[in-house]
Amino acid sequence: MNVSEHTEPVADHHGVPGPTHESATPEARLSSLETMMLIRAYEEQLVELQRGGAPGTCTSVGQEACAVGVIGALDERDRILTNHRSAGHLIARGADPGRMMAEVLGRTDGYCGGRSGSLHIASRELGVVLTSTIVGGELSMAPGMALAQKMGRGEPGGIVAVFFGDGAACEGIFHESLNLAVQWQLPLLFVCENNQWQAFVHRLETMPDRAIADWAHSHGLPTRSVDGNAVEEVYAAAARAVAEIRVTGSPQFLELVTYRQRGHFEPDDQSYVDPDELVAWRRRDPIQGYREHLLESGLIDPEGLAAMERRVRERIEAAAAFAQASAWPAPDRLTDHVYA
Amino acid sequence: MTRMTVEQAIHQALREEMEHDPRVILMGEGVATKHRDLVEDFGAERVRNTPLAEAIMAGTAVGAAAGGLRPVVDLLFAPFLPYSMDALVNSAGKLRYISGGQFSFPMVAMAMTGAGWAVGAQHNHNLEAMFVHAPGLKVLMPSTPADFRGLLKAAIRDENPVLFFIDLGLLHQEGEVEARADELIPLGQAAVRREGTHVTMVSYAKTVGACLQAAEQLEARQISAEVIDLRSLKPLDEETVLASVRRTGRLIVVHEASGLCGVAAEIAALAATKAFDALRAPVVRLTGPDAPAASSWVLEQAGVPQAEAVVAAAVELVLGTSEHTRAVMAHY
Repeated sequence: MNVSEHTEPVADHHGVPGPTHESATPEARLSSLETMMLIRAYEEQLVELQRGGAPGTCTSVGQEACAVGVIGALDERDRILTNHRSAGHLIARGADPGRMMAEVLGRTDGYCGGRSGSLHIASRELGVVLTSTIVGGELSMAPGMALAQKMGRGEPGGIVAVFFGDGAACEGIFHESLNLAVQWQLPLLFVCENNQWQAFVHRLETMPDRAIADWAHSHGLPTRSVDGNAVEEVYAAAARAVAEIRVTGSPQFLELVTYRQRGHFEPDDQSYVDPDELVAWRRRDPIQGYREHLLESGLIDPEGLAAMERRVRERIEAAAAFAQASAWPAPDRLTDHVYA
Repeated sequence: MTRMTVEQAIHQALREEMEHDPRVILMGEGVATKHRDLVEDFGAERVRNTPLAEAIMAGTAVGAAAGGLRPVVDLLFAPFLPYSMDALVNSAGKLRYISGGQFSFPMVAMAMTGAGWAVGAQHNHNLEAMFVHAPGLKVLMPSTPADFRGLLKAAIRDENPVLFFIDLGLLHQEGEVEARADELIPLGQAAVRREGTHVTMVSYAKTVGACLQAAEQLEARQISAEVIDLRSLKPLDEETVLASVRRTGRLIVVHEASGLCGVAAEIAALAATKAFDALRAPVVRLTGPDAPAASSWVLEQAGVPQAEAVVAAAVELVLGTSEHTRAVMAHY
């Protein structure tokens, strides 16, 4: 895989220390692994629920390192915009899987009272502020949110991060959004999770291989392209970008090269996917790879790992039980919240 | 009272609201160029020229509104709105609901439309009904300088996204405007421009003028027409319309936008469902044709219902049909 760094070394000009993965504490690394496992288990549970008749969903299986690495580099004062593949971003931000699952099932305890479903969950309290499932919709709103931040309407020192995919990079709004962020010098981190698939079309049918980083670079954005399946690499690149944005107040771009291991929308038999490609990327699974890495480095032993798996399983079982026990919304509340 | 044009009334409303609330910002292609005095008084941070890219202009307003600002975005001409449709309809109109009420989108999107400039269909297209149909949005289309000022001020203070349509043909029309800066006109209230007993005319924007001219001409024929200016298309002031129809028993709805699934259809349905017993004749709709606006001055005006057609329709409704009124109405 062609992973490169296309960046102007902004940090060097401003003396911002660039965090590296060596700076992550053992606790932080173990926590990253557990959060990735929680995201995976949550989405696998949604797939199970869907088989039982629950609404379908767009999973981010295979992309967990992107969510955990980038969200880990943000802090409470930052605000996040995301898209239809957002479970990882929410869980990494600390969302309660039970309330998320209740939302997917359309229940009152869901984050949005059952009006969002899996596709547009937002949580003001978590700073996951806007979610659009219209590909590119999140990119259209990001500069405005960052402008509000710049004009003092957010937490002091905060930045805005917007997550989108390679599909959104083919929308015209991608270029409009990047251009405005650069022209207005907005504190905005663009995070493209390049997962190779745009619904049912492989991205190489729609764009040149290195297009995303080249496009971002050509808009004048400091751009990094890293292995999106390596959580520590993602964290290091994101933390560096975030630190630079806080100092300069200007936007940066992060391309995370990853892979959508499941179909576009559950259920999906993936009959259109090249089996060799799928196998090759599964061998590079972000969670499996990181487990092995932490075992080899002695940060965790097989017993510790088993205990972690058990904790994750118990949380997801409790979440599913909570969601299924949650009440359905009253039909006469259908039109609540249309207008303020 | 002060005398001013619609254009001046809009400018005054913007100035007063920027003065009133530091969260109000103005953005769009050319706003800083056009409103130099606002840049001088409120700073370049709050009055921003944008790229000529309506999708990101509208999207940025939506994001800024959710982020705690109160943006006014000037999208110039209504036919450019389809470029900004995702931000307005899918984001501004839906994300409050989808999020279970966690976010508000206090913003105003302005656009000019309507005959009067003879520049053709891609600068003149009355799309207001499309936005009335979209949940979560409010839609205004005033006709007098006082209403432009009072309604724009109220729209900026509203917690919801508001589409504010400016009828190009009214831009230089003068009228009396209340001098007080705290004078707002609430959204959702129609104005009775002229009282009458025989027929109700419901309209908005420039065709309110056609109705008022018609009502004056009808006086000579002993026909008393009531003229209602909706000014707010959503929320719609059903009560004012229904109360009038119940008194007159006759209804003519007039607007420049085309008729199919338009505001006039909604007003006709309102009368048919809630005041059917009061109707003494079928409802008449006078609208623009289902055709793009033409640029030739003559053809452009031919697409706009004129006073003559309103008179003919009222005469037919009240006194019965003649060959002449049929001929005039066939034109519309």
